[in-house]
Amino acid sequence: MVELVIINLSYLFASVLFILGLKKLSHPRTAVRGNLYGAIGMLIAIVVTLFDKDVFPKQTWWILLSGAAIGSLIGAVGAYKVKMTSMPEMVALFNGFGGLASTLVAGAALLDAVDKGMGNDLQVTISSAASGLIGAVTLWGSLVAFGKLYGLKIVPDRPVRYPGEQIVKVALLALSIFLTVMIVKHPENMNYYIWMNVVGSLLGILLVVAIGGADMPVVIALMNSYSGIAAAATGFVLTNNVLIVSGSLVGASGIILTQLMCKAMNRSLANVLFGGFGAVSESASADEVYGGKIKSVSPDDVAIYLDTASKICIVPGYGMAVGQAQHAVKDLTTLLESQGKEVDFAIHPVAGRMPGHMNVLLAEVDIPYDKLKEMDEINPAMGSYDVAIVLGANDVVNPDGRTNPKSVIAGMPIIDVDKAKTVIVIKRSLSPGFAGIPNPLFALDNSFMYFADGKKAILDLVVALKNLVAV
Amino acid sequence: MEEIVKNPALAKAFIFLMVLSIFVIAIFVGYEVILRVPPLLHTPLMSGSNAISGITVVGAIMAAGLAVTDKAKIIMIYGNYNLAHLLGFLAVIFAMINVVGGFLVTHRMLDKFKRKD
Repeated sequence: MVELVIINLSYLFASVLFILGLKKLSHPRTAVRGNLYGAIGMLIAIVVTLFDKDVFPKQTWWILLSGAAIGSLIGAVGAYKVKMTSMPEMVALFNGFGGLASTLVAGAALLDAVDKGMGNDLQVTISSAASGLIGAVTLWGSLVAFGKLYGLKIVPDRPVRYPGEQIVKVALLALSIFLTVMIVKHPENMNYYIWMNVVGSLLGILLVVAIGGADMPVVIALMNSYSGIAAAATGFVLTNNVLIVSGSLVGASGIILTQLMCKAMNRSLANVLFGGFGAVSESASADEVYGGKIKSVSPDDVAIYLDTASKICIVPGYGMAVGQAQHAVKDLTTLLESQGKEVDFAIHPVAGRMPGHMNVLLAEVDIPYDKLKEMDEINPAMGSYDVAIVLGANDVVNPDGRTNPKSVIAGMPIIDVDKAKTVIVIKRSLSPGFAGIPNPLFALDNSFMYFADGKKAILDLVVALKNLVAV
Repeated sequence: MEEIVKNPALAKAFIFLMVLSIFVIAIFVGYEVILRVPPLLHTPLMSGSNAISGITVVGAIMAAGLAVTDKAKIIMIYGNYNLAHLLGFLAVIFAMINVVGGFLVTHRMLDKFKRKD
């Protein structure tokens, strides 16, 4: 009795630490402490669970300790070895493991409930079914996302679409409901639980292969949310408050991020998951937009523009991440600042492959975070910038989002680089971005194309600037 | 209250309603707490909250640490250890990767977020 009270009060304390931790994690000044609060809460939850003598008998201690040692070692090595540029893959993988753990625990708990003659408990059976389904969706959805982000050949970056796609998904959902009923009726037959996992796995794979690389921020945020919901479902299986509370917190934070990402693209979640780009667009053809209006410039030309500028803004996109251009960008920034110029960064919320991707890359090269301006903050001031450099971004600076109501990206908030005095677009070619439409920005009078690979372009630009000053 | 004590089915329903209430309230709390997160912290929030979702490790410990019985009706794997132990063991591994990796990588990332001063 006393033990039960102590354990549950400790769980309550851990839950409070998680709430405070997340609160602090969402403010820059307190974020480090917030993360620490979370870790302490976790330590408390783990330690008191080990003190529960029902779950830590003599015969099974080695299972626990070896499992914990193996997991901690893999986790620690992964966390220290991963490069900041690989963060999206890492986050995807960790989300997947969380889902897998929930599914395994729910399976074990279902087995144990049946063994103890509690298989008729509806809360146990229904939430096991839910945990198995959501956990498997999270695992396989995250693994496919990992494959896309890592560039595995077997997982294409482009959306995979086929006729009857939605029917297949609805059929799988219906099947999962049927399997839930069967698990409730025959909890002793583990085959139904296994089938539930198979259905969830298929659903996770199909859901994410249909989504293209540029929509990855939404998927990663969604999988984050699912990993929390799966943990909460497992909490229902075990009637364990700390699992339910932490799972719901994570579920909610994932939902917020998902909403933010969708809003930044002016699309609904349903549209990202089931619709997507690739449909016929009503925009003009590339020839109509670009015909004779593209002005290509050399690094030396760009250097002259930068030399006369006093306020410069850099708009990074996925191209910067792919080209690993962030170190070169840091060099350019340092050089420009040493010449007394003001350099800011304009960050679109969905630039890159995960929420906050650009911030992580620029933080890695020690660019102070107060130079990173949010879209809403920098847009009204865009006219005051002498030069805007667009580095590997496309759709997020397409003025069609603001001005052309017929465009597929109509209504999508964009960074208004076209309002800067001069725009330099660094890009390998005129190929369209993820939305598959031409970008009228490139044809504007005040914009110039600097065709090159992102990293090389910036390095050449640094050399050209230095030469210019030396002359 | 008296009725609940006398009637096990009612007690079960009551407990379910309690945990359901906690679930719903926790979702609202989470939503309000994180609502105004700046884009700068999107990635650390994801990896940090993901580490917290590794709380399933508590469930994994319970499953892996289940008492060993020789009369268990579930599939035996080795000696007196059954399938639930195996699933629990695997769950402990994956949940610990989640927990340890998640908190450490978040700390590493946050370490790089600096102001100009």
